[in-house]
Amino acid sequence: MSEQAHIDREEYNITVYTENQVGLLTRIAMIFSRRKMNILSLNTSPSEIEGIHRFNIVIHETEEVVSKICRQIEKQVEVLKVYYHTNEDVIWQEMALYKVPTDVIAEKVKVERLLRENGARAVVIRRDYTVFETTGHREETDNLIKILQPYGLIEFVRSARIAIIKDSDGFNRKLREFERAEPSHEVVENEYLNSREKVFSM
Amino acid sequence: MLSGGQALLHALTVEGVDTIFGYPGGAIMPIYDALYDFEPNIKHVLVRHEQGGIHAGQGYARSSGKVGVVFATSGPGATNLVTGLADAQIDSTPLVCITGQVFAHLLGTDAFQEADVIGITTPVTKWNYQITDATEIPEVLAKAFHIARSGRPGPVLIDITKNAQLQKFEFKGYTPCDHIRSYRPKPIVRHEYIRAAAELINKAQKPFVLWGQGVMLGSAETEFKAFLEKTGIPAAWTIMGAGALPSDHPQNVGMLGMHGNYGPNVMTNECDVLIAVGMRFDDRVTGRLDKYAKQAKVIHLDIDPAEIDKNVKTTVPVWGDCKETLPLLTQMVETKQHPAWLAKFREFEQKEIDAVIREELFPASGEMTMGEVIQQLNELTKGEAIIVTDVGQHQMVACRYAKLNQTRSNITSGGLGTMGFALPAAIGAKFGTLDRTVVAVIGDGGIQMTIQELGTIMQSGIDVKIMILNNQFLGMVRQWQELFHERRYSFVDITSPDYVMVAKGYGIAGKSVNQREDLTAALQEMLHHPGAFLLEVMVTKENNVFPMVPQGCSVSEIRLK
Repeated sequence: MSEQAHIDREEYNITVYTENQVGLLTRIAMIFSRRKMNILSLNTSPSEIEGIHRFNIVIHETEEVVSKICRQIEKQVEVLKVYYHTNEDVIWQEMALYKVPTDVIAEKVKVERLLRENGARAVVIRRDYTVFETTGHREETDNLIKILQPYGLIEFVRSARIAIIKDSDGFNRKLREFERAEPSHEVVENEYLNSREKVFSM
Repeated sequence: MLSGGQALLHALTVEGVDTIFGYPGGAIMPIYDALYDFEPNIKHVLVRHEQGGIHAGQGYARSSGKVGVVFATSGPGATNLVTGLADAQIDSTPLVCITGQVFAHLLGTDAFQEADVIGITTPVTKWNYQITDATEIPEVLAKAFHIARSGRPGPVLIDITKNAQLQKFEFKGYTPCDHIRSYRPKPIVRHEYIRAAAELINKAQKPFVLWGQGVMLGSAETEFKAFLEKTGIPAAWTIMGAGALPSDHPQNVGMLGMHGNYGPNVMTNECDVLIAVGMRFDDRVTGRLDKYAKQAKVIHLDIDPAEIDKNVKTTVPVWGDCKETLPLLTQMVETKQHPAWLAKFREFEQKEIDAVIREELFPASGEMTMGEVIQQLNELTKGEAIIVTDVGQHQMVACRYAKLNQTRSNITSGGLGTMGFALPAAIGAKFGTLDRTVVAVIGDGGIQMTIQELGTIMQSGIDVKIMILNNQFLGMVRQWQELFHERRYSFVDITSPDYVMVAKGYGIAGKSVNQREDLTAALQEMLHHPGAFLLEVMVTKENNVFPMVPQGCSVSEIRLK
């Protein structure tokens, strides 16, 4: 890879709108693995539109590579639309959970201050351990690890990234417009499909 | 009430399927049981290996333009389809493969003949799906056919568990599908891009058209010819596009790529506007990308948006089915001729004839060449036969020299380069077009990879002409070893059986020739023989296919020797 390509690499947030279909995750993941590209973060969840799922994928690449890979993803049958954005174009969050021994924390830490300074909250407080939660960018959630580490951090977990674009239009309208603008033909799917349980008997 | 197997066969009937290539086994037995009642409306061709079955399906699809249908059982049956799926995927061939699967309750238990077929075939299919409940069969089959044949076509695999094949359910009929929520097979044609493309073409001094299989997949041969004849632009083809414009059309200037013609390769780096129609700039066509057509503005017509800018940066992308976009473009371009520019291609052609072609097609003495065999075949078939080639030197020679007057006449494994493709693909091609002569041109390496399909020919009685060009080497590898590995001929010396005897064992007539004076008569005998015929032609051992763009070189660095 040329030096220029290295310099031009940055984090991109890929948003994929798909139908909810078994095996699609593998199909999408393979598009990256086939090209020896590492996925930094991957989150899937239902979207605000019924039957449509949303993938958030983060990769570190050049825009040229990202745009090509997005077209390859969009080419998959069950994929409706793919967008990509730089970190500047999105509002993104990751969630982190920290499990620490309750007695140490209670004795040695000014918990109230810790929570306030790190935007954290206690999720569970038990006799043996306490779980804190915080959300934010990587450096913010990393920071709390550093603080809690000396107090016997037992377990730490961080979620995949979720992101929403700053562009005020949002995806919802675009997606609905897209579905309106590109209806290939009149929908004449198998008439029995939508009422399968009612129509077919075993 | 129908069983899942019966519902599947009903679905295939509604889809107009008349031929299935397959091999039965434990996990697909209920479907084969249902098939028993559907003959003779649906013909089943019993192949000798599932790989043969899927290549036959590909040959059928490529010759007829219909969807090829293939049956295989679970586990080893299904995994034997993988090569053909990869081949069909890269060459955009519409296929629906149905594989049996173990009972749903056994999935994931390493049951007898169980393999994760969906997992294995995901990267080599346009779409795949596992059915575990019979009620899914009509819906999924309808989707499968729609996906396989629409947009950029491709292979689809449906894996059906045995319980779903056996399960009885109330079958309410089958309606073909033409819409899937998330699937847009045809991009919307953007007229502003058509206008921009027409402007570029109208201003061009040295425009050049490259076409690929997309012209045939879109059934746009007529539209393509009309566009070419109005603009007067010279046009060259990829091996997948061969035949979409007749070989002797005055604007057809030859084959592109590694073993393509001299003129079109050199002129790619001299044209000012490059118009790519339904082709994907494969590395075997472009050579070094950083030295490919850098001076040209590129117009790319393709149905698959992912192909635009994938390899070559496009100035004007024309998304869409070329059957729609070409007429729009033709309307907007000026009627022109480019006699001086076209003449340059013919100059290079003359140079190539003097340096390579004459000696290859009309050798004065010595052993027979592959080129002269193809030349003789052209004479006798008058360019009307379907030529199915395997992979290697003979493939490049056949693609270079075969005369193709009709579309869908060149069937070859272009993208994957699958040895063993030709014999089964020729069987399928013949089933797809019973009224045409089908000649399989195969090397002595490739024939031995799927030679068992002679048994399929024997049993089905299909009339396929098999021509083995035997140079007693794995010729293309040997050529590379000669040119790039200091003649270290590592494991390319391959011994053949007595092919005529082998054919005889399968009840197929055959002949072997090694003298030039016997060639024409032998070819005539093959072509006139009622039924299948195997002709082995002994050709010169160490002949190289030239011209050649060496790997890592620019197309304009093409070597004549």
